Amino acid sequence: MIDGLRRLGRSTLFWLNRLGRATLFLLRLLSALPTLAKRPGLAIRQLYSVGVLSLPIIAMSGLFVGMVLGLQGYANLVDFGATSSLGRVVALSLARELGPVLAALLYAARAGSALTAEIGLMKATEQLSAMQMMAVDPFARVYAPRFVAGIIAMPLLAGIFTAVGILGGYFVAVQQLGVDSGAFWSQMQSTVKLFDDVINGVVIKSVVFGWVANWIAVFEGYDAIPTSEGISLATTRTVVNTSLVVLAVDFVLTALFFGV
Amino acid sequence: MPMPNTPFSRSDPPDPPPLITVRGLTFYRGDRAIFRDVDLDIQRGKVTAIMGPSGAGKTTLLRLIGGQIRPHAGRIEVDGACVHELGRRELYQLRKRMSMLFQSGALFTDLSVFDNVAFPLREHTRLSEALIRILVLMKLEAVGLRGARDLMPSELSGGMARRAALARSIALDPMMIMYDEPFSGQDPITMGVLIKLIRTLNDALGLTSIIVSHDVKETASIADYIYLLSEGSIVDHGSPQALERSRSAWVEQFLHALPDGPMSFHYPAAAYAQDLSLAQEPSP
Amino acid sequence: MGAFKKMELAVGVFVALGLAAFFMLAMKVSNIAELGEDKGYKVTARFENIGGLKVRAPVTLAGVRIGRVVGIGLDTHTYEAVVTLSIEPRYDRLPTDSSASILTSGVLGEQYVGLEPGGMDEYLKNGGALKLTQSALVLEKLIGHMLTNAVSGDNPPAKTP
Repeated sequence: MIDGLRRLGRSTLFWLNRLGRATLFLLRLLSALPTLAKRPGLAIRQLYSVGVLSLPIIAMSGLFVGMVLGLQGYANLVDFGATSSLGRVVALSLARELGPVLAALLYAARAGSALTAEIGLMKATEQLSAMQMMAVDPFARVYAPRFVAGIIAMPLLAGIFTAVGILGGYFVAVQQLGVDSGAFWSQMQSTVKLFDDVINGVVIKSVVFGWVANWIAVFEGYDAIPTSEGISLATTRTVVNTSLVVLAVDFVLTALFFGV
Repeated sequence: MPMPNTPFSRSDPPDPPPLITVRGLTFYRGDRAIFRDVDLDIQRGKVTAIMGPSGAGKTTLLRLIGGQIRPHAGRIEVDGACVHELGRRELYQLRKRMSMLFQSGALFTDLSVFDNVAFPLREHTRLSEALIRILVLMKLEAVGLRGARDLMPSELSGGMARRAALARSIALDPMMIMYDEPFSGQDPITMGVLIKLIRTLNDALGLTSIIVSHDVKETASIADYIYLLSEGSIVDHGSPQALERSRSAWVEQFLHALPDGPMSFHYPAAAYAQDLSLAQEPSP
Repeated sequence: MGAFKKMELAVGVFVALGLAAFFMLAMKVSNIAELGEDKGYKVTARFENIGGLKVRAPVTLAGVRIGRVVGIGLDTHTYEAVVTLSIEPRYDRLPTDSSASILTSGVLGEQYVGLEPGGMDEYLKNGGALKLTQSALVLEKLIGHMLTNAVSGDNPPAKTP
């Protein structure tokens, strides 16, 4: 019993220590932003690798999720004769929740893990050390571009996920299940509010998730033990921790914006 | 290979101030003392070797000199500046004049050989691309890799990677180069190439070189001065010839690669007979 | 640096796609049309009970949406709910004796205000009030009413000669 408590205490201290290190890392990263602003090419290159290369998985997943929402929504609403509300159900679910959250989780799995592995490998092969010894600040040259690119990419990916999802839902609902096309869009348009649902949901949530996902991904790479085992652990931690934090923050934001 | 005529012994009159002075260096990793009150001098223009068994802290010493880690006690001065007291900007200015060759070369894997060598020039100077190209080609020519300039690091052999990294280290014409285990794991020909390069570059460019290695024969063949490091302190130091004449049993074991001596062959264990017979008798 | 140019292009396309997605969300999915300036004229109506009526609920006439509910308040003297409606300017021929009822769209639907035109020649203007109103049907009261009717037996409700 005491042993369990002691271990709990020690692991709490361990995580507090990590959180502190991560915060200092973030502050140092932010202070390197002015230097990065002089070399936008670095961020653009990273935007390609985390944004453009994530497009396929985001778009395809969005399509499937939207189609499933169409199917499930229909199955549930048909008993009440309320299938005309399907448009609104699909749009609200995606814009408020599924779009930003699923996009963030997929991003963590694809781009976040890649970032952690790349930075961890640079650490293990002493490339970061070499850069430091050449008087080049890795914060400005390696960490900041990846962080900034990720924060720009996240809302864009969430928006694409949501839009493609709605189109997928439309396809299933109207073309396959025979829901009235006019009702689908008009019910949606009358219920989905730009500021309350789209901006609060997709935009603000995805910006917050972008901070979380990229901060964790870049920090885990920076903090990784420079062995192959250490990098593998760090990559796993990125995906797991990002997922947990995103879901927890999602609860807070949902309660804040959409709570009654 | 050019060798100094007069042995560089401790009783010579004082030379120009050493490039690097280390006084009273103490550094712990956890509970273990990597360095305990260590004093060192690295003379300008000379090749100084720091040798010792694995894990003696040789790489740590390079990182301390480069300011990547801070000593727990003591003072390290490079060209008059105390490394661990510098602010970040001054440290980076100092580092532009220092240079380090890592064990694996540490080339940036996403850049070609040419771009790797050009990296410090592009980051720290505002030279035109045309000038940079000429400089890069000159550096690559010095290490014999001018024809390999468009290869990617993954396409290079270990020896070529190290030579490319060497070209990168001299890109900004530094005042000193630190070599971290440059000869480990290399075939004899590559080793010969590296040996020649290190010595030639040192003399041709007026550099100060520090070689950290446990390859005794190769290092001793080009070093002007050697420090032997073990268990947190300097066991002995001197020119290769002076050490050859040393009466220390440890030095003799190390320099001649004897399997047993002060560094015992056997890991500490109970008496042999007792250990074997434990299989038959229950322990008390 | 041909590869870099291609990369820049891809990034540009990616950002454009993202912005297009947001544009689509703004235009087709949400109620951006309603964000326009409220140019309608305001009319009030008093109800005993507004049920589940919310601000921004539609106001219809003959089933056509002609405006929105923009305000809901309480008159502390008469204990009536005061609902402010905003009617679009082009529907400016509403007789002053029109009636307003709070109706429910569908079984699960939201509540809205349905207007029925009266017969007067005077038309409602900004600041006018609808006198005839029908409150929302509160389900519990309805059930209670039915139960009391059933319990009070076969008494015919009202004897009109």
